[in-house]
Amino acid sequence: MKVTILDYGAGNVPSVERALQRLGAESHRTDSPECISKAEALLLPGVGHYAALIRALDEKKLRAPLVDAIRRGIPFLGICLGLQVLFKLSEEAGQLQGLNLLPGIVSALPPTVKLPHMGWNQVVKKRESSLLAGIGAGAYFYFAHSYAALDSNGAAAATCSHGTEFTAVIEQRNIYAVQFHPEKSGDSGARVLRNFLRRAA
Amino acid sequence: MSLAHRIIPCLDTDGERVVKGVNFVGLRDAGDPVALAARYNAEGADELVVLDIAASRDRRPTFLETIRRVAAELAIPLTAGGGIRTLEDGRAVVRAGADKVTVNTAAAERPELISELSREFGAQAVVVAIDAKRAGDHWDVMVRGGRESASLDAIEWARMAVARGAGEILLTSVDRDGTQSGFDVALTAAISRALTVPVIASGGAKSPDHFAEIFQQGAADAALAASIFHDELQSIRTLKEFLAARGVAVRLPC
Repeated sequence: MKVTILDYGAGNVPSVERALQRLGAESHRTDSPECISKAEALLLPGVGHYAALIRALDEKKLRAPLVDAIRRGIPFLGICLGLQVLFKLSEEAGQLQGLNLLPGIVSALPPTVKLPHMGWNQVVKKRESSLLAGIGAGAYFYFAHSYAALDSNGAAAATCSHGTEFTAVIEQRNIYAVQFHPEKSGDSGARVLRNFLRRAA
Repeated sequence: MSLAHRIIPCLDTDGERVVKGVNFVGLRDAGDPVALAARYNAEGADELVVLDIAASRDRRPTFLETIRRVAAELAIPLTAGGGIRTLEDGRAVVRAGADKVTVNTAAAERPELISELSREFGAQAVVVAIDAKRAGDHWDVMVRGGRESASLDAIEWARMAVARGAGEILLTSVDRDGTQSGFDVALTAAISRALTVPVIASGGAKSPDHFAEIFQQGAADAALAASIFHDELQSIRTLKEFLAARGVAVRLPC
């Protein structure tokens, strides 16, 4: 199985590629609608601004094939912003429509804590999680974000807390997503990616 | 459960090799950046910073290659900088594999650089480095490797940098840098409490107590050091065990 990485022109694609390579997984990056339609597994890494990612998906005409592939049940992993765009809207981007695959919106973390939420934090499982399988309760993951899904209407398999509780891990049918960066989260991050590869295989 | 305090080794390079020296004088070779990066990644470093302290235009391709080789070793975030003057310079280090770009002198001279980088990569990828030196009742911002005053108040400049889109401040005490007499607690606490973004304290680290102090009294979110790690005076693993025993939240390597 090959992982198709959506490369919309920003950020951390090389580090995701390297992390998959270390696990012996084959991947290729693409910004072509055809490749997305044919993908066996999809990965959407994301850094930067919500609006920049949504606009890039629209300009490159990737929104429809991506939504269609996910609806067809193709295993999908969203990282950071790749989790946030699954929702309908984000406070970071006004009325710009997200992928709207999950109900709810993405909100700013409260200004009572330092933002961005940057660094290593722990997550709390809300239910059985296949992405977190084999990972101890005290494990740390690397986060770098200022917005989050505060209420994912039951899609959250695990949450984290920084000023308020927010969605850290989503598992719903073939939709997997993490607010942290598994590709930057040492051994525990590698385990999350391996767990996704297992589910996708 | 809370956000861990980060320990960040810093590799000062001449573009290709890790170097050390006080105030850029008497630089000597301190090793291969790729080997050091691999060691710190395995020892439980929370992030890594790689700087090109020579920052000469002709050596830039060499430095970018160093970033690529270092990034390949890491499963933790990488910050790179030194001589970043334009958005294009920032793009080059991100493309080479850095997760964050750090800017210093060029940002103090042209603050729009911070906005440009932040718009393109997001605030979480923009680290503004501030070299601060005590001047009477305040701290002056120093530029050009800590040699010249920028005639800016450090707290004011830090606030401006955040308003422009900095997601983090890398704060070096010019007074303490190279002295191994401990981080500058007063400076770090003043800047950290004035800001809404995380602050990385740098300059003066030697003992584990210095790290406990900068987290507990200096309100630092992260602490950076170079030679004490390179020279193996301090292992990151034992430092973190010490901090955990002192009640500082850290990510312990398993």
